[in-house]
Amino acid sequence: MVSVSMNVNGKPASGEVEGRTLLSAFLRENLKLTGTHIGCDTSQCGACVVHVDGKAVKACTMLAAEADGSEVKTIEGMANADGSLGVVQQAFQDHHGLQCGFCTPGMVMSAAALLSENPNPSEAEIREYLEGNLCRCTGYHNIVKAIMAAAGQDVSKIAAE
Amino acid sequence: MPKDGGIGASSKRREDVRFLTGKGRYTDDINIHGQAYAYFLRSEVAYGKINGIDTSVAEGMPGVVQIFTAKDFEGAGGIPCGWQVTDRHGQPMQEPKHPILAEGFVRHVGDPIVGVVADTLEQARDAAEAIDVDITEIDPVLDMRAALADGATKVHDELSSNLCYDWNLGNSPEEAEQVMNSAHHVTTLELTNNRLIANPMEPRVAVGDYSIANDDYTLYTTSQNPHVIRLLMGAFVLNIPEHKLRVVAPDVGGGFGSKIYHYAEEAFCTFAAKQCMRPVKWTSSRSEAFVSDAHGRDHVTTIRLALDENGKFLAIHTDTLANMGAYLSTFSSSIPTWLHGTLMAGNYTTPIVSVNVKAVFTNTVPVDAYRGAGRPEATFQLERVVDKAAREMGIDPVEIRRRNFITEFPYATPVAVEYDTGDYHATMDKLLELSDHAGFEVRAAESKANGKLRGFGISHYIEACGIAPSNLVGQLGARAGLYESATVRVNATGSISVMTGSHSHGQGHETSFAQVVAEMIGIDEKQIDIVHGDTANTPMGMGTYGSRSLAVGGSAIVRATEKILNKAKKIAAHLLEASEADIELKDGTFTVAGTDKSVAWGDVTLAAYVPHNYPLEEIEPGLEETAFYDPANFTYPSGGYGCEVEVDPETGKVQILSFTAADDFGNVVNPMIVEGQVQGGLAQGIGQALLENCAYDENGQLLSGSYMDYTMPRADDVPMFKVDHSCMTPCTHNPLGVKGCGEAGAIGSPPAVVNAVIDALQRGGHDVKHIDMPLSPDRVWMAMNS
Ligand code: FES
Ligand code: FES
Repeated sequence: MVSVSMNVNGKPASGEVEGRTLLSAFLRENLKLTGTHIGCDTSQCGACVVHVDGKAVKACTMLAAEADGSEVKTIEGMANADGSLGVVQQAFQDHHGLQCGFCTPGMVMSAAALLSENPNPSEAEIREYLEGNLCRCTGYHNIVKAIMAAAGQDVSKIAAE
Repeated sequence: MPKDGGIGASSKRREDVRFLTGKGRYTDDINIHGQAYAYFLRSEVAYGKINGIDTSVAEGMPGVVQIFTAKDFEGAGGIPCGWQVTDRHGQPMQEPKHPILAEGFVRHVGDPIVGVVADTLEQARDAAEAIDVDITEIDPVLDMRAALADGATKVHDELSSNLCYDWNLGNSPEEAEQVMNSAHHVTTLELTNNRLIANPMEPRVAVGDYSIANDDYTLYTTSQNPHVIRLLMGAFVLNIPEHKLRVVAPDVGGGFGSKIYHYAEEAFCTFAAKQCMRPVKWTSSRSEAFVSDAHGRDHVTTIRLALDENGKFLAIHTDTLANMGAYLSTFSSSIPTWLHGTLMAGNYTTPIVSVNVKAVFTNTVPVDAYRGAGRPEATFQLERVVDKAAREMGIDPVEIRRRNFITEFPYATPVAVEYDTGDYHATMDKLLELSDHAGFEVRAAESKANGKLRGFGISHYIEACGIAPSNLVGQLGARAGLYESATVRVNATGSISVMTGSHSHGQGHETSFAQVVAEMIGIDEKQIDIVHGDTANTPMGMGTYGSRSLAVGGSAIVRATEKILNKAKKIAAHLLEASEADIELKDGTFTVAGTDKSVAWGDVTLAAYVPHNYPLEEIEPGLEETAFYDPANFTYPSGGYGCEVEVDPETGKVQILSFTAADDFGNVVNPMIVEGQVQGGLAQGIGQALLENCAYDENGQLLSGSYMDYTMPRADDVPMFKVDHSCMTPCTHNPLGVKGCGEAGAIGSPPAVVNAVIDALQRGGHDVKHIDMPLSPDRVWMAMNS
């Protein structure tokens, strides 16, 4: 067992884990932050994406111990201080960028990371960036549209939302 | 009702807030104090005889609570099939037992043999590795034609063969043959409908719990229909009466059919919870999902279309082999028959339609409904053969369809269904307009100048949704009714809880169902909550699949709300000292016609629960009503789909440049949600056409057993979609006039994509008549270069 401590969503969090415990399991099981989802066992679905020190990371590919001392942000930390939805979250609701909600935490975390790297991405750049995030429900149309809207682009010309 | 709420408004989804903030409650988020974990040792071979199972070492390992094999389930029933198909000789289908854990034989890779329950998942897995299962391998039965050959190895020894049933629908094969023999032209097409894996992003999970205090059980499970699971598992598998069994399907991360069925793991966790006297949780890994979730499609078909010299369709004859896998999953037998054969008339007036389906057992994972379920298979073969016929006869693909469209309704097809309404020319017109069909040649010339081949493909689909009239499906072999239920509970101060038997796992019922009730009463939709997913607090309902929830479940809500309004009017009449016939309801206020006397909704509801001034001698206090709605017919959504592609002749890679869907769903409650449903269905249909394929090797090993080998559509595989539902011919037999929209995208799109690729190749001078899906670069390149 190893002790890990990190800052999660602005609050200190620590625990005793096995060396093989994944960050995703630490968040879900030790910290009860169940918004981070597990959709695969081959690091390909992106349902588990969180931010570690400001970078989008698949939490199922990182050991909890590796995140020791890091700043971690999960979907639970994305709302505004007053509890209202953050810009990306709000855009997903406004443009129906989610259906069952299972891929959504990972999508929102990836989208937020993209926008911090590239505040005004093109449709093609968004689609390429989402290469590691699978959604089975939306056909991606409204996810891409929501991210364009979150970037401040006019999406009213894009067909049906 | 103002259009920022009620029917027709794109109300934002209320469920989104919890999903966007990580506050959804999916089954894997549920942990019960003291729970143990289940792990299944599954077959690694496709077919084999179990000689012995040695669990002795594993039993002594750390953390192990109990180890289960088939012996422990001797008193339990097998997993039942919900639909008894009668074959063409009037005999029942062959129906092998589907045990919870393998009994004597393993019949597909992934078949569960031993269930280990331990304190932690790691301990359960470690113990499973120490179990020795002695299996003598048998050559597996994989190819459907070989499975039906004389002397073929049988998947189930106790059956007479691998044929589940041999089934006919419509005109006799002889009638069809006669027309074929004398027709001006006959187009023949042999094709496969590729096997798919539904892959909802949330893997399946089951948590069983048993309370000795009350001798009752609770199962939390990833299901599209918790009441169906309670009935099947309680009555047929574990012998638990319904009042002692609660099934909860909380937030569910997508289903697409694969979470309809009752699965062995659900029964296992429920049973083991009592045996171990601890809650038992099982969470599927994705790898496990690939070999244990029911698969979809997997048909091999020969279709023939007879035409006269003007391109009028004279007869259709189709022969299909449908893969059932190793056991019959809950709805499996009905998919290639009543959800496939019945759609073979399509949008066309073809007078003779003859369908034959042979369902076949093989040593593969069971096959059942996947989004569209039978209807994509019907649409694919029909819309492909129509396109091929158009090309052979030199008639434009749009024109040949128009010449054969049904234009008068109701229309009774030769294959047992009656379409109530539709306007196929209207959806075709809309498709051509939105896809700028007229400008295609210019765009094709541009592609050619860039060394690319551009093509345009059309499909025009029909589907049967709103499943289904109980008396009809009963005659067809269903072992259940297919009504839906709703309880509308009006609270004392006027807010409302609606308990529905439908289940939402992405469809947004919590929003759209509330819109329906808001519209009927004229109150703010925020005053209404939709409750679903728990057998303890919802009336017995059949759940969500077959694009049925609004058409059937929504209709039940309408009926229950009508009962509420009837009673509320009586109360209002009493309060207003007027005759009931004069009471009118508008925007949540009851008025007496022709006067200024009124009473608000909240005052009427309060009177119902505080009945001081109340007609107690005439009506009971309270305001709560339940309705069960059984549809009179299926609903028949239809639409025109168009796909424009570019093929790179160097690599065979297909790029979708645009995709247009012009649907007729009848009336629409929430356009935003409807469009989202279509977009999602289109991506799945495009996935089937270009990317996805579930493949087995010659030993019955799954080759596409992870996301590295099973190609899911990603964001850069699909374009922005053009989706339209402005052509509306309301359903004539349900109170909302709605038809259902959940499956259309996946039904109409695969033939449009394939037709577009064939168009591109033929325009490029390649004599390619058909390519089986998925149209991966290598298949396209091979077709062009052979
Ligand atoms: S769970 Fe699928 S990528 Fe992490
Ligand atoms: S919303 Fe269901 S998987 Fe994306």
